[in-house]
Amino acid sequence: MLKRYLPHPLLSLVLLVVWVLLVNEISAGTVVFGAILAIVIPLITSNFWPARPKIGNAFAICEYGLIVLWDILVANVIVAGLILFRKTESLESKCVVVPLDLTSPEAITTLAGTITMTPGTVTIDLSADAKSLLVHCLHAPDPQGVVDDIKTRYEGRLKEIFE
Amino acid sequence: MPFIAELVISVLIVIGGIFLLIGSYGMIKLRELLPRLHAPTKSTTVGVGAILIASMLFFWIERGHFTIHELLITLFLFLTAPITANLIAKAYLLRNVDPAKDLPPSGQGEGWATFDPVGPDGYDPSEEYNPEKD
Repeated sequence: MLKRYLPHPLLSLVLLVVWVLLVNEISAGTVVFGAILAIVIPLITSNFWPARPKIGNAFAICEYGLIVLWDILVANVIVAGLILFRKTESLESKCVVVPLDLTSPEAITTLAGTITMTPGTVTIDLSADAKSLLVHCLHAPDPQGVVDDIKTRYEGRLKEIFE
Repeated sequence: MPFIAELVISVLIVIGGIFLLIGSYGMIKLRELLPRLHAPTKSTTVGVGAILIASMLFFWIERGHFTIHELLITLFLFLTAPITANLIAKAYLLRNVDPAKDLPPSGQGEGWATFDPVGPDGYDPSEEYNPEKD
């Protein structure tokens, strides 16, 4: 019964909170309309995600978020430096392959998004069996180092959160 | 408004402006599409972030009402930027790149999804899209 009408309780909660924050006031009307959205949207989109992803404890998620935020800050300064002070020809742009240990689609999506937002790397593609990511580096004199960095810094933590 | 608040807000706006400028300059300076993708996905996040924080502080201190809209904008930006970058990169791969010559092998049983969409269980997403069928 609950599973049928609330296929993703966490998604419903997030939608309700985001709606209240968007309207920026807490009143009965806002909460009721938010609740309607929170029930209807998961129902009509539930075909796209039949499985309910397992999400780990809040502490691990906060730690991951802070690490990613810090890396984004550092990434911005590094990439800004590369753009301003390096000749375009001297940049060693290349594609590297990151083999994945993660299996859940949500975890892989999060990892791909994180890679795109952090130091000089953009996720381009996924292999058809979802076992490796193709990552483009703006400046990578040491491709293996980039792969190791991604695996230890992000993938291990995501594995704890999602699996 | 106290002087220190003015100072913090103006510094944040200037930092944001500088990063946005560098991001736009990177779009011109880098000559190929894939390196070019790095400029807008990186430098703009801190640029936009700094300006949004400045806006939040300004309305909080000067007008006295606390809004959280800026944090939501940041959240939506973080959700959409990687997806846009990924779609642009995939379109570029499909049109301009030869997977046998220009890309490293995936090291697994299957190729890259853009060129070899058939998964290990034989599922081919392109079969679902067939405009001539009906």
